[in-house]
Amino acid sequence: MQMRTLEIVVGAFLLAGIISLAIVAVKVSGFTQGDAADKYSVQAKFENIGGLVVRSKVSIAGVIVGQVSAIELDQKTFMALVTMDIDANVDQISIDTTAAILTDGLLGGKFIGLSIGAEEEYLQDGDELVDTQSAVILEELIGKFLLNKF
Amino acid sequence: MISNLRRLGQFGLELIEVLGRAGTIWWMAIVRRPKASNIPLVIKQIYQLGVLSVLIIVLSGFSIGAVLALQGYNQLVKYGSESALGLGVALVLVMEIGPVVSGLLFAGRAGSAVTAEIGLMKATEQLSSMEMIGVDPLHRIVAPRLWAGFITMPILALMFSVVGIWGSSLIGVDWLGVYEGAFWSAMQAGVEFDSHVLKGIIKSIAFGLVVTWIAVFQGYDAEPTSQGIAAATTRTVVYSSVSVLVLDFFLTLLMFDF
Repeated sequence: MQMRTLEIVVGAFLLAGIISLAIVAVKVSGFTQGDAADKYSVQAKFENIGGLVVRSKVSIAGVIVGQVSAIELDQKTFMALVTMDIDANVDQISIDTTAAILTDGLLGGKFIGLSIGAEEEYLQDGDELVDTQSAVILEELIGKFLLNKF
Repeated sequence: MISNLRRLGQFGLELIEVLGRAGTIWWMAIVRRPKASNIPLVIKQIYQLGVLSVLIIVLSGFSIGAVLALQGYNQLVKYGSESALGLGVALVLVMEIGPVVSGLLFAGRAGSAVTAEIGLMKATEQLSSMEMIGVDPLHRIVAPRLWAGFITMPILALMFSVVGIWGSSLIGVDWLGVYEGAFWSAMQAGVEFDSHVLKGIIKSIAFGLVVTWIAVFQGYDAEPTSQGIAAATTRTVVYSSVSVLVLDFFLTLLMFDF
């Protein structure tokens, strides 16, 4: 094989190595930014989010309609301010919808379940859900159970 | 009794001698600075050892990733925690299976070829004629192969991991229906670059070093007959596979806190 072709092939090989490193660094161990074009964001405050993480799913009736895009601490109320991106085609969520943090199975990850309300006004981009329900913390439940019993 | 003791002593002396010769080769080839004029030779060896191994690495990486996804899903779904599939597969691939399996494949695919090539060069007296005309075979033959192995292995291991993770996402997300966001978010939350990825890369560099070192030394040290070359090639594959696995244990023990 000619030296020129050889060098090109080896160059491609080394480039593939660098790309692999970049993929492992960004896609596997870092984070990616999804396109926010066909989504709108809604906020909600929770007393306790349990194990909710960024990119956890948001579902209505068990169907996935979006994901959590940011989690911050609201410094005034000391509640967790969760921002979620909801698919733009799900645009008829009434403003008195309840957001609850649920658990996927016994050991699964946390996700947000939306229970649709009765109002005829719909959530717009940037709106906040008022009615929220915190994550169920197993330890708290056990504590309550013990206190009631004894 | 005495003769047994003598045999043990003989064995010990031979072992030390072999290690000494192997160490000398390594020292002469790597540490005594390689010449700039040898770079084309290194490129050619990267092609031989690396580029030609890509296909086997990609195929095995994909299969192993897919199998990990299938088996992992089967177990995790019982506890409703199939969203942890991405995390499990990525950690296992990046830290262990990527470096180790690509090291084993590298030993079989590239190490054996290196040993056979150098062994044949020795058998046909190419090495001694090189010395005769004043070319150091350690610089011309051995050093480029060692460098190429050193450069190639981490790239192959990374490719293996990437293809494996892609294969597992193909099976897990697109076929078995694990939610895509959870698959990637659990992975990104759990895998850290410096404490997982980097340690995998260090492992693969060590494996590349050891495998090519064994391959080069076995070729250089082979008995210059066809049988000798056959035995040396076998030894290369056996020794390098075993040392990859043993070294992996010790590197894991050293680098990760237990």
